[in-house]
Amino acid sequence: MAKPVARRNCRNHSNYWAFAVHRISGVVLVLYLPVHFYVIGLAIKSEAALQSFFSLAENPLVRLAETILIITFVIHVTGGLRLLLIEFLAWRDWQKTVIAVSGGISLAVGLVFLFNVF
Amino acid sequence: MSVVHPVATVANGGAPGSTGGDGTNHKLDVSIWRGGKNGRFVSYGITLRESQTVLDVVTYIQRHVDSTLSYRFSCRVGMCGSCAMTVNGVSRWTCRTHVSEVVKDGRLEIAPLSGLEVVKDLSVDMTGFFEKWTRAKGAFVPGPGPSRDFAVVSPDSPQRRKVDAAIECIGCGVCYAACDVVSWNDDYLGPAALNRAWTLYNDVRDAGNDKRLAAVAGNVGCLSCHSQQSCVKWCPKHLNPTASIAGLKRATVKAALAGRL
Ligand code: SF4
Ligand code: SF4
Ligand code: FES
Repeated sequence: MAKPVARRNCRNHSNYWAFAVHRISGVVLVLYLPVHFYVIGLAIKSEAALQSFFSLAENPLVRLAETILIITFVIHVTGGLRLLLIEFLAWRDWQKTVIAVSGGISLAVGLVFLFNVF
Repeated sequence: MSVVHPVATVANGGAPGSTGGDGTNHKLDVSIWRGGKNGRFVSYGITLRESQTVLDVVTYIQRHVDSTLSYRFSCRVGMCGSCAMTVNGVSRWTCRTHVSEVVKDGRLEIAPLSGLEVVKDLSVDMTGFFEKWTRAKGAFVPGPGPSRDFAVVSPDSPQRRKVDAAIECIGCGVCYAACDVVSWNDDYLGPAALNRAWTLYNDVRDAGNDKRLAAVAGNVGCLSCHSQQSCVKWCPKHLNPTASIAGLKRATVKAALAGRL
């Protein structure tokens, strides 16, 4: 395609941000996967190794990271549900509400988790 | 790169009425893309008049400052779709965009529409844009045999309503220039062509839907759309190409499940 000659800024609106957040949370989750597999690998190897890894989770920083991870996960799931809703139901003009609801659910789940771990 | 045009600073007459709307004269610094794809911005200083549109500003400069400035327009009332440009980074129809809505700190940057090859200055080659309408099977396909009478389509029928919601497209290319997927994938048909295909998909007289669905499914068609909705955000006719594309997505899924695709 012809390269635009000038800067272009057509992206600053809520639905684009919803797309960007969905994409970024997806990338973060993919980056996390190796850690996830590593821990599962520990479980297969020996219980002691797994337990010593779990003791790491006592660290508040690790707990915070876990919470962020959970929020990222829920953001990605609700973002995906949002897409399914707006693409597979007959169109209504409530996408902004859907974005807000997805955001709200993500935050709520994150907070519940946060209160549980601390 | 930006250069100041040698005869750039011109007040447009200073006549009564050449005010920025609140009784004061507003200087406007207008940067306009000059040349082909390797061109540059040239800046022109003019005085803003009340209720001036971006197209008025371009016309003023072409008539009074530099007659070699190329741009395209026709109707000036938002019907023909020929005047779209990139104004301060956003694709807009310029004949219905008031300077006061888009000016930032007294500056206006006017560039050709993105996503299309620049011919010269503010005019772009729209061929690629309209070729995609053809590829999306955006032309009506009559059924077999001659029609003997007018087709009666009730305005209240669900299909006609879907057509109504999408039919007022003026082919301006604003959505196409605003779409990220267009800029990522050369062959992506784009919001306007897919929106057009959706109106025909719902046209009860049309007989071309099998070929049309095959053309709009897949990598270059509706399935590539990420529902980012920049097209919806900027379409000057307030159409919703994303909704039309979502309709095509559902139609392709249905056809695939039924083994018709
Ligand atoms: S919704 Fe689809 S067609 Fe519209 S701008 Fe986004 S990606 Fe492009
Ligand atoms: S859908 Fe809207 S923005 Fe796109 S070409 Fe048609 S009128 Fe222009
Ligand atoms: S000149 Fe016709 S739409 Fe702007």
